[in-house]
Amino acid sequence: MSPDPSAVDAVIDAVSAVFMIVGAVMSLAAAIGLLRFPDLMSRMHAATKPQVLGLFLLLVAVGLQLRTWWVWPVLLVAWIFQLLTVPVSAHMVGRAGYRTKHLHKELLSTDELEAVVLKAAEAAKERD
Amino acid sequence: MSRKRISLRQELPLLVWLVIVWGALWQDFSPGNLLFGALLAAVVARLFYLPPVELSGRFNILRAFPFALQFLGRVVAASCQVFYLAVAQGPKVTNAVVAVPLRSHSDLMVTATGHVISLIPGSLVVEVDRSTSTLYIHGLNVRNADDVLKLRKDVRDTEAGLIRVMGTKEELAALNQEVGT
Repeated sequence: MSPDPSAVDAVIDAVSAVFMIVGAVMSLAAAIGLLRFPDLMSRMHAATKPQVLGLFLLLVAVGLQLRTWWVWPVLLVAWIFQLLTVPVSAHMVGRAGYRTKHLHKELLSTDELEAVVLKAAEAAKERD
Repeated sequence: MSRKRISLRQELPLLVWLVIVWGALWQDFSPGNLLFGALLAAVVARLFYLPPVELSGRFNILRAFPFALQFLGRVVAASCQVFYLAVAQGPKVTNAVVAVPLRSHSDLMVTATGHVISLIPGSLVVEVDRSTSTLYIHGLNVRNADDVLKLRKDVRDTEAGLIRVMGTKEELAALNQEVGT
Protein backbone atom coordinates (compact mmCIF):
# COMPACT_ATOMS: atom_id res chain seq x y z
CA MET A 1 0.00 0.00 0.00
CA SER A 2 1.38 3.38 -0.94
CA PRO A 3 0.83 6.42 1.25
CA ASP A 4 -1.66 9.06 0.19
CA PRO A 5 0.22 11.84 -1.72
CA SER A 6 -1.52 14.68 0.09
CA ALA A 7 -0.58 13.11 3.46
CA VAL A 8 3.06 12.94 2.36
CA ASP A 9 2.82 16.58 1.28
CA ALA A 10 1.45 17.54 4.67
CA VAL A 11 4.29 15.75 6.47
CA ILE A 12 6.92 17.41 4.25
CA ASP A 13 5.30 20.80 4.83
CA ALA A 14 5.24 20.25 8.57
CA VAL A 15 8.87 19.14 8.70
CA SER A 16 10.06 22.08 6.60
CA ALA A 17 8.00 24.48 8.71
CA VAL A 18 9.65 23.18 11.88
CA PHE A 19 13.10 23.42 10.27
CA MET A 20 12.45 26.99 9.14
CA ILE A 21 11.28 28.11 12.55
CA VAL A 22 14.16 26.45 14.38
CA GLY A 23 16.56 27.89 11.79
CA ALA A 24 15.17 31.37 12.34
CA VAL A 25 15.40 30.89 16.11
CA MET A 26 19.08 30.01 15.67
CA SER A 27 19.67 33.28 13.83
CA LEU A 28 17.87 35.00 16.69
CA ALA A 29 20.23 33.22 19.10
CA ALA A 30 23.18 34.67 17.17
CA ALA A 31 21.66 38.14 17.42
CA ILE A 32 21.02 37.82 21.16
CA GLY A 33 24.55 36.56 21.62
CA LEU A 34 25.99 39.54 19.75
CA LEU A 35 24.06 41.89 22.01
CA ARG A 36 24.62 40.16 25.31
CA PHE A 37 28.18 38.89 25.27
CA PRO A 38 30.78 41.22 26.75
CA ASP A 39 33.72 41.13 24.33
CA LEU A 40 34.71 40.46 20.76
CA MET A 41 35.85 36.89 21.27
CA SER A 42 32.70 35.63 22.93
CA ARG A 43 30.67 37.51 20.33
CA MET A 44 32.49 35.57 17.64
CA HIS A 45 31.18 32.38 19.25
CA ALA A 46 27.67 33.71 18.88
CA ALA A 47 28.32 34.85 15.32
CA THR A 48 29.69 31.54 14.11
CA LYS A 49 27.87 28.61 15.67
CA PRO A 50 24.13 29.16 15.75
CA GLN A 51 23.98 30.55 12.25
CA VAL A 52 25.78 27.55 10.72
CA LEU A 53 23.05 25.35 12.14
CA GLY A 54 20.39 27.92 11.23
CA LEU A 55 21.54 27.98 7.62
CA PHE A 56 21.63 24.18 7.55
CA LEU A 57 18.03 23.96 8.73
CA LEU A 58 16.82 26.64 6.32
CA LEU A 59 18.60 24.97 3.38
CA VAL A 60 17.02 21.62 4.26
CA ALA A 61 13.63 23.32 4.39
CA VAL A 62 14.23 24.89 0.95
CA GLY A 63 15.31 21.50 -0.41
CA LEU A 64 12.21 19.84 0.98
CA GLN A 65 9.90 22.48 -0.45
CA LEU A 66 11.37 22.56 -3.97
CA ARG A 67 10.91 18.77 -4.37
CA THR A 68 13.51 18.40 -7.09
CA TRP A 69 16.60 16.35 -6.53
CA TRP A 70 18.95 18.68 -8.41
CA VAL A 71 18.75 21.47 -5.83
CA TRP A 72 20.31 19.26 -3.15
CA PRO A 73 23.88 19.42 -4.55
CA VAL A 74 23.70 23.23 -4.68
CA LEU A 75 22.41 23.42 -1.12
CA LEU A 76 25.07 20.99 0.05
CA VAL A 77 27.81 22.97 -1.67
CA ALA A 78 26.45 26.19 -0.16
CA TRP A 79 26.56 24.67 3.31
CA ILE A 80 30.02 23.14 2.86
CA PHE A 81 31.38 26.52 1.79
CA GLN A 82 29.79 28.02 4.87
CA LEU A 83 31.49 25.37 7.00
CA LEU A 84 34.82 26.10 5.34
CA THR A 85 34.68 29.89 5.51
CA VAL A 86 33.04 30.58 8.88
CA PRO A 87 35.90 29.25 11.04
CA VAL A 88 38.44 31.12 8.90
CA SER A 89 36.70 34.46 9.29
CA ALA A 90 36.14 33.80 13.00
CA HIS A 91 39.81 32.96 13.38
CA MET A 92 40.95 36.09 11.53
CA VAL A 93 38.67 38.38 13.52
CA GLY A 94 39.55 36.62 16.77
CA ARG A 95 43.26 36.82 16.05
CA ALA A 96 43.11 40.52 15.17
CA GLY A 97 40.92 41.13 18.22
CA TYR A 98 43.38 39.42 20.53
CA ARG A 99 46.35 41.33 19.14
CA THR A 100 44.61 44.67 19.39
CA LYS A 101 43.44 43.80 22.92
CA HIS A 102 39.75 43.94 22.20
CA LEU A 103 39.00 41.62 25.07
CA HIS A 104 38.25 41.80 28.74
CA LYS A 105 41.16 40.24 30.58
CA GLU A 106 39.21 40.08 33.81
CA LEU A 107 36.74 37.70 32.18
CA LEU A 108 39.43 35.18 31.23
CA SER A 109 40.06 32.43 33.77
CA THR A 110 43.36 31.48 32.11
CA ASP A 111 45.31 32.94 29.23
CA GLU A 112 48.06 30.71 27.92
CA LEU A 113 48.67 32.80 24.83
CA GLU A 114 49.62 36.01 26.63
CA ALA A 115 53.09 34.82 27.66
CA VAL A 116 53.79 33.53 24.16
CA VAL A 117 52.78 36.81 22.53
CA LEU A 118 54.85 38.82 25.04
CA LYS A 119 57.87 36.64 24.35
CA ALA A 120 57.47 37.00 20.60
CA ALA A 121 57.15 40.79 20.99
CA GLU A 122 60.33 40.93 23.06
CA ALA A 123 62.21 38.82 20.55
CA ALA A 124 61.05 41.14 17.78
CA LYS A 125 62.20 44.18 19.79
CA GLU A 126 65.66 42.67 20.33
CA ARG A 127 66.03 42.08 16.62
CA ASP A 128 65.31 45.71 15.79
CA MET B 1 57.74 26.35 -11.51
CA SER B 2 59.91 25.99 -8.47
CA ARG B 3 57.43 24.18 -6.25
CA LYS B 4 57.33 20.44 -6.41
CA ARG B 5 54.48 19.03 -8.42
CA ILE B 6 52.17 16.55 -6.87
CA SER B 7 51.10 13.37 -8.60
CA LEU B 8 47.79 13.16 -10.40
CA ARG B 9 46.61 10.57 -7.92
CA GLN B 10 47.03 13.04 -5.07
CA GLU B 11 45.44 15.81 -7.08
CA LEU B 12 42.50 13.77 -8.30
CA PRO B 13 40.21 14.14 -5.23
CA LEU B 14 40.52 17.91 -5.49
CA LEU B 15 39.79 17.91 -9.23
CA VAL B 16 36.76 15.69 -8.62
CA TRP B 17 35.59 18.17 -5.99
CA LEU B 18 35.91 21.04 -8.50
CA VAL B 19 33.85 19.09 -11.04
CA ILE B 20 31.17 18.40 -8.42
CA VAL B 21 30.99 22.10 -7.54
CA TRP B 22 30.72 22.92 -11.26
CA GLY B 23 27.87 20.45 -11.73
CA ALA B 24 26.12 21.66 -8.58
CA LEU B 25 26.32 25.30 -9.61
CA TRP B 26 24.88 24.59 -13.05
CA GLN B 27 22.43 22.15 -11.47
CA ASP B 28 23.21 19.88 -14.38
CA PHE B 29 24.99 16.55 -14.01
CA SER B 30 24.79 15.50 -17.65
CA PRO B 31 27.98 13.90 -19.02
CA GLY B 32 28.70 16.76 -21.44
CA ASN B 33 28.54 19.40 -18.73
CA LEU B 34 30.68 17.30 -16.38
CA LEU B 35 33.26 16.76 -19.12
CA PHE B 36 33.49 20.50 -19.73
CA GLY B 37 33.75 21.01 -15.98
CA ALA B 38 36.59 18.51 -15.79
CA LEU B 39 38.37 20.34 -18.60
CA LEU B 40 37.97 23.65 -16.78
CA ALA B 41 39.10 22.08 -13.50
CA ALA B 42 42.29 20.83 -15.16
CA VAL B 43 42.97 24.24 -16.74
CA VAL B 44 42.29 26.08 -13.47
CA ALA B 45 44.53 23.70 -11.53
CA ARG B 46 47.33 24.32 -14.08
CA LEU B 47 47.01 28.08 -14.38
CA PHE B 48 46.31 29.07 -10.80
CA TYR B 49 48.84 26.84 -9.19
CA LEU B 50 48.61 26.94 -5.41
CA PRO B 51 50.80 25.16 -2.88
CA PRO B 52 49.68 21.55 -3.07
CA VAL B 53 47.23 20.25 -0.51
CA GLU B 54 48.98 17.18 0.70
CA LEU B 55 46.31 14.58 1.18
CA SER B 56 47.44 11.60 3.14
CA GLY B 57 46.12 9.18 0.53
CA ARG B 58 44.05 7.47 3.20
CA PHE B 59 40.34 7.92 3.77
CA ASN B 60 38.32 5.64 5.99
CA ILE B 61 34.69 5.98 4.99
CA LEU B 62 33.52 3.73 7.84
CA ARG B 63 35.06 6.13 10.33
CA ALA B 64 34.04 9.22 8.37
CA PHE B 65 30.32 8.57 8.51
CA PRO B 66 29.97 8.32 12.33
CA PHE B 67 32.37 11.24 12.64
CA ALA B 68 30.16 13.37 10.36
CA LEU B 69 27.04 12.41 12.31
CA GLN B 70 28.73 13.15 15.61
CA PHE B 71 29.92 16.45 14.16
CA LEU B 72 26.39 17.41 13.17
CA GLY B 73 25.13 16.49 16.64
CA ARG B 74 27.80 18.63 18.22
CA VAL B 75 26.98 21.57 15.97
CA VAL B 76 23.41 21.35 17.28
CA ALA B 77 24.68 21.11 20.86
CA ALA B 78 27.02 24.05 20.28
CA SER B 79 24.25 26.26 18.99
CA CYS B 80 21.96 25.43 21.88
CA GLN B 81 24.79 26.01 24.35
CA VAL B 82 25.62 29.42 22.87
CA PHE B 83 21.94 30.33 22.90
CA TYR B 84 21.61 29.28 26.53
CA LEU B 85 24.76 31.15 27.58
CA ALA B 86 23.68 34.27 25.72
CA VAL B 87 20.36 34.32 27.50
CA ALA B 88 21.36 33.01 30.93
CA GLN B 89 24.82 34.48 31.50
CA GLY B 90 25.29 37.18 28.88
CA PRO B 91 27.81 39.77 30.03
CA LYS B 92 29.03 37.68 32.97
CA VAL B 93 30.35 34.76 30.94
CA THR B 94 33.89 33.61 31.82
CA ASN B 95 36.27 32.56 29.09
CA ALA B 96 39.82 31.32 28.71
CA VAL B 97 42.55 31.11 26.10
CA VAL B 98 44.07 27.65 26.20
CA ALA B 99 47.10 26.23 24.40
CA VAL B 100 46.51 22.79 22.93
CA PRO B 101 49.47 20.97 21.40
CA LEU B 102 48.36 18.67 18.59
CA ARG B 103 49.85 15.31 17.64
CA SER B 104 49.96 15.84 13.90
CA HIS B 105 52.31 18.23 12.15
CA SER B 106 50.63 18.15 8.75
CA ASP B 107 49.09 21.45 7.69
CA LEU B 108 45.96 19.77 6.44
CA MET B 109 45.32 18.01 9.73
CA VAL B 110 45.91 21.14 11.82
CA THR B 111 43.55 23.08 9.53
CA ALA B 112 40.88 20.40 9.65
CA THR B 113 41.09 20.17 13.43
CA GLY B 114 40.90 23.93 13.72
CA HIS B 115 37.82 24.01 11.51
CA VAL B 116 36.00 21.27 13.35
CA ILE B 117 36.67 22.65 16.81
CA SER B 118 35.66 26.14 15.73
CA LEU B 119 32.23 24.73 14.94
CA ILE B 120 31.65 22.59 18.00
CA PRO B 121 30.82 23.64 21.55
CA GLY B 122 32.54 26.60 23.07
CA SER B 123 35.84 26.79 21.21
CA LEU B 124 37.35 29.17 18.69
CA VAL B 125 40.87 29.16 17.26
CA VAL B 126 42.66 32.40 18.11
CA GLU B 127 46.18 31.63 17.06
CA VAL B 128 48.07 28.82 15.38
CA ASP B 129 51.70 28.06 15.98
CA ARG B 130 52.66 26.11 12.90
CA SER B 131 56.18 25.21 14.00
CA THR B 132 54.98 23.32 17.07
CA SER B 133 51.45 22.70 15.69
CA THR B 134 49.87 24.24 18.75
CA LEU B 135 46.41 25.70 18.61
CA TYR B 136 45.50 28.55 20.94
CA ILE B 137 41.83 28.20 21.60
CA HIS B 138 39.38 30.65 23.05
CA GLY B 139 36.90 28.68 25.13
CA LEU B 140 33.48 30.02 25.99
CA ASN B 141 32.31 29.43 29.55
CA VAL B 142 35.62 28.02 30.80
CA ARG B 143 35.55 28.85 34.50
CA ASN B 144 38.28 26.77 36.16
CA ALA B 145 41.16 24.38 35.65
CA ASP B 146 38.83 21.41 35.24
CA ASP B 147 37.09 23.09 32.32
CA VAL B 148 40.47 23.82 30.76
CA LEU B 149 41.41 20.13 30.98
CA LYS B 150 38.07 19.17 29.49
CA LEU B 151 38.48 21.59 26.60
CA ARG B 152 41.98 20.32 25.90
CA LYS B 153 40.82 16.71 25.96
CA ASP B 154 37.93 17.60 23.64
CA VAL B 155 40.26 19.10 21.06
CA ARG B 156 42.69 16.19 21.25
CA ASP B 157 39.80 13.73 20.86
CA THR B 158 38.57 15.61 17.81
CA GLU B 159 42.01 15.40 16.30
CA ALA B 160 42.16 11.69 17.09
CA GLY B 161 38.84 11.24 15.26
CA LEU B 162 40.17 13.10 12.24
CA ILE B 163 43.37 11.06 12.21
CA ARG B 164 41.28 7.90 12.19
CA VAL B 165 39.32 9.25 9.22
CA MET B 166 42.09 10.69 7.06
CA GLY B 167 45.43 10.78 8.85
CA THR B 168 48.56 9.24 7.41
CA LYS B 169 49.48 5.69 8.34
CA GLU B 170 52.26 6.93 10.62
CA GLU B 171 49.90 9.22 12.53
CA LEU B 172 47.40 6.42 12.90
CA ALA B 173 50.05 4.02 14.18
CA ALA B 174 51.26 6.61 16.69
CA LEU B 175 47.70 7.21 17.83
CA ASN B 176 46.98 3.52 18.26
CA GLN B 177 50.14 3.13 20.27
CA GLU B 178 49.17 6.07 22.47
CA VAL B 179 45.70 4.69 23.10
CA GLY B 180 47.04 1.20 23.70
CA THR B 181 49.47 2.19 26.43
